[in-house]
Amino acid sequence: MVLGFARLLRISLEAQGLRVLLTRQANDGPSFDDRSKLANAQRGGIFITLHVSSTGQPGTVRVYCLAHPPAAQSTAFAPRGGILPWDRAQFGFIDQSRKLAELIQIQMAQRFHGSPETPLEAPVRQLRTVGAPAVAIEVSSVSVADRSTLDQMGPGLADAVARAVAAFRMVYEAGGK
Amino acid sequence: MSKGLKTTILILGAMVAIGLVILPGLRQAVERLRSVPRTDEQARRDVMQQPISTPTDVEVKAQLYWLSTSAPASLEPIAIPLPLSADPVERSKQLINALITRAPGPERRTLPPEASLLAFYIQPDGTAIADFSDEISSAMPSGIMSEQLAVQSMAQTLGANVNGIRQLKILIHGQEAETLAGHLDLHGLFPVGSATPTSASAAIAPAQAASQTKPTVPVNPASAQASQSH
Repeated sequence: MVLGFARLLRISLEAQGLRVLLTRQANDGPSFDDRSKLANAQRGGIFITLHVSSTGQPGTVRVYCLAHPPAAQSTAFAPRGGILPWDRAQFGFIDQSRKLAELIQIQMAQRFHGSPETPLEAPVRQLRTVGAPAVAIEVSSVSVADRSTLDQMGPGLADAVARAVAAFRMVYEAGGK
Repeated sequence: MSKGLKTTILILGAMVAIGLVILPGLRQAVERLRSVPRTDEQARRDVMQQPISTPTDVEVKAQLYWLSTSAPASLEPIAIPLPLSADPVERSKQLINALITRAPGPERRTLPPEASLLAFYIQPDGTAIADFSDEISSAMPSGIMSEQLAVQSMAQTLGANVNGIRQLKILIHGQEAETLAGHLDLHGLFPVGSATPTSASAAIAPAQAASQTKPTVPVNPASAQASQSH
């Protein structure tokens, strides 16, 4: 199901003139670092990780980004000599990720009733090692009795993300945060 | 009756008598062999799930954070009478065990009932370390929201009822795990101290199937511009 969402999203993003790389093409399971490696090899990219949860109000979508590290740890996480440690690569992109998450979440709130209007912060493992603006999108939920309910969300989800990414692109390429 | 027949009957009678004496013992031995051997993990879990009782236990109204039924995707404190130790480590164990075993209903659970707390420590700097059995991961409803609420329920319950804990580290079977159940990062420490309910804005449905997760999609706007220009 998630792969189905990802393929729809790919079509919508490519229609915006964007190049899209999927970190998996089938039911294989690349590691977090495998996915991060692919993302971090791109220049000027953004990273979106898709999930379908087993809980939550069916038909809603939440967007997550990482929070800023605690002040006491900020110094330790700061890049040294321009090199950002792999295991905390995301900490240099928190503000941009937050902006991207906001743009996507607004779109989701408009299309999927009951979705929050602002993104949430959570220590999502996959995001931590991505050195680019990165968000997680979680759709609720696989607990629905009729799977077609979720399938019907696919096109709207893909279009919403594509619109948000297009808006973010203008900010991103202008170097803004 | 011939002498041979008498001898045979005597021997048979003796054998029946011996059998009657031996049979109960044999039956017990068979029952013992029939029972499934217990693993170390099962034995340890049974021990850990025994109610923890200490000489300093005092029954108090403890504030435990479970899923809210009124505010979706959030936690709310529920006061339950609970004997709690004065010792912060034992007190914390009692609280986490109660979180696992005494949820008011399945729809309010944050932690799977199969999970058990294997060990709990508090370091001098206020870092608490909770070591769980594998079921905290394998039986957890998978998803960012459910995993985050699980951790928050522990952190807020400890914060509301135990003094001196500033942050929480979660281990699984004594090891540092990458995630709780595929999503939430266990690499770092979770802050403890806020007794206010969390807020999010989506409802929680009762835990059911495992989540399906993540083809991740790196997108490259810069190269997209090149594509447009061709």
